[in-house]
Amino acid sequence: MRSSVIIFPGSNCDRDMDVALKKFGFKNQMVWHNDLSIPKSDLIVLPGGFSYGDYLRCGSIASKSKIIKSVIDFANSGGLVLGICNGFQILTETGLLKGILQQNKFLNFICSNVFVKVKDKQNKYFKDLKKDVLKLHIAHNEGNYFCSDDELKSLEDNNQIAVTYCGEDGTENETTNPNGAIKNIAGIFNNSKNVLGMMPHPERMIDKYLSGEDGSLFFKNILDNFK
Amino acid sequence: MEVTEAVAIDHGLKKEEFSKICELLKRTPNLTELAIFSAMWNEHCSYKSSRKHLKKMHTKGKQVIQGPGENAGVIDIGDDDAIVFKIESHNHPSFIEPYQGAATGVGGIMRDVFTMGARPIANLNSIHFGSPQHKKTRNLLRGVVKGIGGYGNCIGVPTIAGQTTFDESYNGNILVNAMTLGLVNKNKIFYSKAAGLDKPVIYVGSKTGRDGIHGASMASATFDDKIEEKKPTVQVGDPFTEKLLLEACLELMADNSIIAIQDMGAAGLTSSSVEMASKGNLGIELNLSEVPCREEKMTPYEIMLSESQERMLIVLEKGKEEHAKKIFDKWNLDFAVIGKTTGSKKIELIFDNKKVAEIPIDLLAENAPIYDRPWKKTKLPQKLNFDKDEFKSLKLSDCLKKILSNSNISDKKWIWDQYDHTVMGDTIQKPGGDAGVVRVHGTNKAVAASVDSSALYCFSHPLTGGKQIVCESYRNLISVGAKPIAITNCLNFGNPEKEKNMGEFVECVEGITEASKYLNFPVVSGNVSFYNETKDKGIKPTPTIGGVGLISNYQQMLTMDFKTEGNLVYVIGKTDGHLDQSIFARELLNEKKGPPPTVNLFNEKNIGETVLELSTKNLIVSCHDVSLGGILTAVSKMCIKGKKGIKINSLKGLTNKYEYFFGEDQARYIIEIPEASLKKVKEILDKYSVHFEDLGIIDGNSIKYNTDINLPIEELADAHKYWLKKYMDS
Repeated sequence: MRSSVIIFPGSNCDRDMDVALKKFGFKNQMVWHNDLSIPKSDLIVLPGGFSYGDYLRCGSIASKSKIIKSVIDFANSGGLVLGICNGFQILTETGLLKGILQQNKFLNFICSNVFVKVKDKQNKYFKDLKKDVLKLHIAHNEGNYFCSDDELKSLEDNNQIAVTYCGEDGTENETTNPNGAIKNIAGIFNNSKNVLGMMPHPERMIDKYLSGEDGSLFFKNILDNFK
Repeated sequence: MEVTEAVAIDHGLKKEEFSKICELLKRTPNLTELAIFSAMWNEHCSYKSSRKHLKKMHTKGKQVIQGPGENAGVIDIGDDDAIVFKIESHNHPSFIEPYQGAATGVGGIMRDVFTMGARPIANLNSIHFGSPQHKKTRNLLRGVVKGIGGYGNCIGVPTIAGQTTFDESYNGNILVNAMTLGLVNKNKIFYSKAAGLDKPVIYVGSKTGRDGIHGASMASATFDDKIEEKKPTVQVGDPFTEKLLLEACLELMADNSIIAIQDMGAAGLTSSSVEMASKGNLGIELNLSEVPCREEKMTPYEIMLSESQERMLIVLEKGKEEHAKKIFDKWNLDFAVIGKTTGSKKIELIFDNKKVAEIPIDLLAENAPIYDRPWKKTKLPQKLNFDKDEFKSLKLSDCLKKILSNSNISDKKWIWDQYDHTVMGDTIQKPGGDAGVVRVHGTNKAVAASVDSSALYCFSHPLTGGKQIVCESYRNLISVGAKPIAITNCLNFGNPEKEKNMGEFVECVEGITEASKYLNFPVVSGNVSFYNETKDKGIKPTPTIGGVGLISNYQQMLTMDFKTEGNLVYVIGKTDGHLDQSIFARELLNEKKGPPPTVNLFNEKNIGETVLELSTKNLIVSCHDVSLGGILTAVSKMCIKGKKGIKINSLKGLTNKYEYFFGEDQARYIIEIPEASLKKVKEILDKYSVHFEDLGIIDGNSIKYNTDINLPIEELADAHKYWLKKYMDS
C-alpha cells in the first residue's frame, strides 16, 4: 500500500508518521507543501504539528497551501485521507470534514494517554478491528471538537463519528473527556468515510516500550482492509 | 550623544571599567562602541566573577568530545553517535515576563544545541518559585509552564524530565533553567571557530527588531522596585521560526558549506560575531546596512544590541552563498551576506557607507576584566540534638501523608501534562521517574537525563551541597539503569559582590568539582547566573546539575514502580538517620538548622556501580534512589506508581523509626528483587561489601508497618498527586 505524508512548515509529527507507516509495510513518501501534485498513493496523511505556527487559526493557512487542492481532489475521488491532530484541524479548515476544533476546555495543552471507543466499523480504517476500545495518546491545545446541532445530527445519522474519548471500559462521560469535545468526539469521517480526522496519535503507540501498542493495530488494520 | 563616565555607568559598566576601556582603546569610545563593550564585559557574557573558579572544574574524560567553551558540550556514546547538551538560565527575563522569558529560554538552549549540527531529541527544565503563599507565585508558575510548553511543543521536541521547587528565597527572583540534548554524528559536529580570510559572513533566521536590547546587561544586575520598566529588555520568541531555522540549518549542514556557526543569543550580533572572530584569531567586518531589520530606522547601536530571537550567524565557504540561500528561501527565512572575515583582528562596523565602530577583538574577549572577588567560607553548622521524645506525639502515617503532599515532594503531573513528552516517538521513560529516557532513534541505545538541585543543602553548607547534587544526579541516572557519563551545570547565585554569596559560589563549585572528579562524571558545559537578588534579598545558592547517561540496551531500562507481588524490597546503602535539613525536620518539627547529610564519595561510587551491575545483569526489576523525604517517601512513590502495597519488616535493635524512615542519608537506593534472583543479588552486594537491608515484601494494596502504618495506596496517592492541581485551581 502506497502512502504519502505531507510536510507543511511547522509539521513536527511527519517523521514519526513516516516511521510508523514504514514499520507496518506501507511504501511511504514525503511530499512538500509547495508541490502541486502528489505521487500515486493509496493513502494520504496530514501529520500533526503546528503547520504555519498555528497562526491565524490552527490549520487555516495549511488549508490554503499549494498542495491542498490535490489532497481535496484525491479525497473527492474516494482516496483515503487521514489527518492526525493538526492534520484533523487542517481537514476541518478545508471543509472536507465538518465542525471545528477549539481550545481545550481547561485552556491548557494536554499530553496524555487516552482511551477511545471505535464507534463505526463500516469503513476502510476500522473494519474487522479486533478491539472496540483503543489506548492512544493525545498532545494538543486545540482538540475540543465542536459543530452545530444540525451537523451533529447528520454525523450521528450517517455514523460519521469515528472515535470518542472513553474510559478503559468504554464508558463515555464528562470525566473521560479530556478536552471538552462535544459528545466526547475524538475523530470523525466525511460522508463517504474515506476521510478520517482524529486528535489522538496512533503513531506514538507502536511498540511495547512506548505507552502501548494499540497504534499498531490501527495501522495494520488499514493494511489488512486494503488487501 | 557624547560618551561620558555617566553614560558608561548607565550601560552597567563600572567607573574603573570605563577608564580601562579608554586606556585600552587610547581614546573615548563612541556610543556604539561603548554598547559593544558593555555587552561583552557584563557578567552574563564575560563570566568576570566566575571564570577564575570555573577553570578548576573537572572537564575531561574518555567520552568527552567537547568540554566547556563551545555552544554546548559533546560526549561520545559509541557507533559514531554523540550527544550534544547544555543547560542555561533564563531567570531574570522570566521573572519580568514569565511566558516569553521561559519560552525564549527554551528556544535559546535548543539553538545552542542545533548550532552544533545536532537534532534536539529531549528537553528538560529546572524551575524554582517563591513560597506558594506569595501572591506572585501562582501566576509566575502558570506563565513559565505555558512558556516552556508553548515553545518546546511547537518545535516538536519532547520535554522528558524536570524539577520544580518552592522556597521563599525565590519570591523576588524565580529561576528558570532549560536543558536540551541533541543527537549528532560525531564526525559532523559544527563549531563556532571562524577560519580563513575573506570568507562571507551570513545572517539567517528572523529579522532584527528592537526587542531584548540590553537583555544581557539586565541579567547582570539585581532587581529593584522598578522591574516592570525592564519589560522591553525581554525578548519575544517565535517557535515556528525556530522550527524552520532548525530544519534549514540541518539541511545546510548536510554538506560542507559551513566553516563556523554561532547562534545569536545574549548580546545578539555583538557576542556572536566577536566570539567567532576571537576563537579563529581573526577580524570581522560587518555592514550593518545589510542586516534584515523588522523595524524602520534602526541604528547601529540597536542592531548590535538587539536580542531578537531565532537568528544565526554563519561563516560560509566562498562560493556557497547561492546554494545556502536556496535552502533558506525554501524555509522562508531571511538570508543576507552581511560581512566577511578579515586579517585585522578587529571588529569593524560599517553603516550607510561609514565606519561606525572599530575595536580590536582581544579587548572584548581576552582583555575583558576578570575579578578575584573576596569570598567567605561557610562553616559546617553544628549537628542538632533532636529530642526524640518529642517525636512520639507524631503518628508515622500522618507524617508520611504530610511529607508526600509537601510542595517540594508532591507529584508535578499538572506541569508535565502541559509539555509534549512523547513527540518523536522514542520517549521510553516519561517525566515523573528518576530520569527521563529517550531511545537513540533506530538503535538499541537510549539516553537518560535528569536535572537536580538541592538549595537547602547548598545554603546550609555549600561545599557539601555542591558534592551532593552531583551524587544525586549520578544516582538518578543509575536508578533508570543508565551509566552516568557527563554533566552540565547551571550555577544560580545571588550577588557576587557580596562575600557571602561569592563564597557560596566558590564552595559549591569546589564541591561539584570534587564529586565530578571522583565519580568520573565531568562537566562539559554550563552557565552562570549571578545577581539573582531583589532589594538586597538574594536566592539560596542553587546550582543545578543536568546529568546524562547511556543505556546500551534500552530493554534493560529500569523504572521505579513496583512490579510484582511477592518480590522482595531491599534498601541498598547505610541509613544513619540524618534528620538535619530534612523535609521531616522542616515540615514536622519546624527545624531549619543543622548540616546537610554527609557525602561519602567512595560509597556513592561503589554502591552506584554495584546497583548498575545488578541492573545490567537483569537481577532487579525496579529501582529508585532515596533522597528528599527518606526511605518511607521513596517506597511510597514506588507503591503509588506501581499501584501495589508493601509489608515493611520490623526494624532491628534500637534504631529510631523516625530517623530510619525519614533520614536523608546519601548513597542509598531501593530495589525490587524477584525471589529467583535473590541469591545472586546478595552475592554481588557481598562481593563489593555494600551494606543492605531487607526492607519488606510487595504485598496487597497498602503500606503496612507493625501497628504504626496501615495506609491504602489510594489514600497515599491522593495526598501525593493533587497538591499542585488544587493549589493552581484555588
